[in-house]
Amino acid sequence: MTDPQHSGPAASDATPMTGAESLVRSLEHAGVEVVFGIPGGAILPAYDPLMDSSAVRHVLVRHEQGAGHAAEGYAHVTGKVGVAMATSGPGATNLVTPIANAYMDSIPLVAITGQVPSTAIGTDAFQEADIRGITMPITKHSFLVTDPDEIPHAVAAAFHIASTGRPGPVLVDVAKDTLQHDTTFRWPRTLNLPGYRPVTRPHAKQVREAARLILESRRPVLYIGGGVIRAGATAGLRKLAEVTGLPVVTTLMARGAFPDSHPQHLGMPGMHGSVTAVGALQKADLLVAIGTRFDDRVTGQLNTFAPGAKVVHADIDPAEISKNRIADVPIVGDAAEVIADLIAAVEGEYAAGRTGDYEAWWKLLNKMKQTYPLGYEMPDDGSVSPQYVIERLGRIAGPETIFAAGVGQHQMWAAQFISYENPRTWLNSGGAGTMGYAVPAAMGAKVGRPDATVWAVDGDGCFQMTNQELVTCAVNDIQIKVAVINNGSLGMVRQWQTLFYNQRYSNTDLESHRLPDFVKLADAYGCHGLRCESPEQVDATIEKAMALDDAPVVIDFVVHKDAMVWPMVAAGTSNDDIKVARDLAPSWERED
Amino acid sequence: MSRHTLSVLVEDQPGVLARVASLFSRRSYNIESLAVGTTELPGISRMTIVVSIDASHALEQVTKQLNKLVNVIKIVELDPDASVQREILLVKVRTDLESRSHVLETVQLFRAKVVDVAPDAVTIEATGSRDKLDALLRMLEPFGIKELVQSGMVAIGRGGRSITDRSLHAVERTA
Repeated sequence: MTDPQHSGPAASDATPMTGAESLVRSLEHAGVEVVFGIPGGAILPAYDPLMDSSAVRHVLVRHEQGAGHAAEGYAHVTGKVGVAMATSGPGATNLVTPIANAYMDSIPLVAITGQVPSTAIGTDAFQEADIRGITMPITKHSFLVTDPDEIPHAVAAAFHIASTGRPGPVLVDVAKDTLQHDTTFRWPRTLNLPGYRPVTRPHAKQVREAARLILESRRPVLYIGGGVIRAGATAGLRKLAEVTGLPVVTTLMARGAFPDSHPQHLGMPGMHGSVTAVGALQKADLLVAIGTRFDDRVTGQLNTFAPGAKVVHADIDPAEISKNRIADVPIVGDAAEVIADLIAAVEGEYAAGRTGDYEAWWKLLNKMKQTYPLGYEMPDDGSVSPQYVIERLGRIAGPETIFAAGVGQHQMWAAQFISYENPRTWLNSGGAGTMGYAVPAAMGAKVGRPDATVWAVDGDGCFQMTNQELVTCAVNDIQIKVAVINNGSLGMVRQWQTLFYNQRYSNTDLESHRLPDFVKLADAYGCHGLRCESPEQVDATIEKAMALDDAPVVIDFVVHKDAMVWPMVAAGTSNDDIKVARDLAPSWERED
Repeated sequence: MSRHTLSVLVEDQPGVLARVASLFSRRSYNIESLAVGTTELPGISRMTIVVSIDASHALEQVTKQLNKLVNVIKIVELDPDASVQREILLVKVRTDLESRSHVLETVQLFRAKVVDVAPDAVTIEATGSRDKLDALLRMLEPFGIKELVQSGMVAIGRGGRSITDRSLHAVERTA
């Protein structure tokens, strides 16, 4: 798809047609299977030939934000470029949130927007917005097309840029008259992008140096980020871990990159990471960071992060290396190639008789794991524990299921208590923290992987931001299942109010135990609505939802309001100050 | 704070200036001056950007982020000792019969020139390095500066080589 020479239908030579037809033909050549969008004035010419395309399916969403997140969900599970389409002005600005989200989480996304006619640009015409200007800081690149002859190149370049190097969102804004004018369709054989040359081959000397450090270190950790999933490098990662015997931590974006059941997996690091994963980073003498960006939610207070560790940092984006933490061994390259080269380099060291020794390290880590497993308490008033719901959902749905989460407490619990065994089975908004991501992302995931069971794990706050896409799901037979973890409040914000604002609950009570009635709402949207209010009903309700196969399902899990996400590193504090419960610090500082 | 001069070759595309300016603003980098113009190569523009930064690895971040812009083709840092760096300044100085000759003397000392004269003012054009222009302004200040306009800095490497050759120190590192 990324190579314009070998994609799509047989490259046709000059064919006369309109700009709109050229746009649709370009999408076909780019290998697009599905577009999520809503038509409107400026993009209307494109929707006419789109109706006749047999290759490109269009899913009519109910809000452009839904189109954007659906395209992201589709991209995340398939590894292909997701496509969202909208009209000018508000249609385009409604895509801003998903574009920003795709930028933060490196999701290959092409957003196609209609623009007012080129003659009207700059006049504050009806539904005019400078969407290219608005999205400039949140796109990898963008095009404003006002010449119909340039449509194929812009589309081909957009797909190439979105999907290569560090993936990201690209905007193609096309003026209405450009779509209406006659042109000649020519799919470009080469792309004219002199300033775009992503480096994928790692530097051999740096890789050898990394291998040497791995064997010399006594407390190394593989610190794995979402880039490993984007690069399709998870099989290689497993081999690298097993060849070296190194412990592995997977960030929020990398859940599923390494099997949770693997004995070398220490869990997720970060603000709500496991004590062992956080502790391992803090005590390490070497971090082998691959496809990760030392985000503040992982490092905590930066100058106290992993104080004793040397850093090997491999990433496809040179700008991430040494951005937050200076790397001792910087490696620019594709994670799959870096990992393959690292395995070869380490095996070379073994062949020369050099080996690593991590026995004492593993002893310490295993003790931490034993002493501080992830856990939660059941509420003593007989109400449902949200962690329990999510844990049971993971167990019953199984490791082949795809989970998409919103943002907040339920997201953290879904990252903690569902066991991920496979890549591309965990979708969430990591960098941007976009509430409302779950339902549309799950919809897109289901379109991309119709064979898979797709669950959205959502909060009652998030769910009310984008649940209109349930209609899209019901109408188009996109059978997602939604578990609303309904604690009646903006749970994570409430947790911070509990901990840092003297239990003054300013504007976090949504009253969603009462209104809206999520079961009736599901029914109104053409979905099955189920409610679960006691721990004894949890399994049966999940199983009932799993069995329903004629419409999307929404379960309203009415859960305990005061459950909190633990462990926690409070924002801006050191990872060393992690708490496993309120005022309870682990004692992994003491070594014995 | 240290000051660095970057020569940035960009595709001559609509919006490229906005992209560069937006990047500096969004990442909180300080631009001291920015000048854009055409080059000997059709379709290629050159920006001379003077940035001031406080940490040594910050310059690396600036160039890495700039390099990520698809329209940016090449970035070279120009060492002040190995390059010619010039700004242009137009300044309108208050003069009367008594002070005019003193002003003209200053103009001569700095090898600047008078481009317009009026009974109560002269307009002076000067080119040079930032330091030279600052010194000129310090000398003119006592007479009364009525109006002042300055260009951004433009710079070019010394010697026979061109920025399009590979031999100039390219900031474009592979990390």
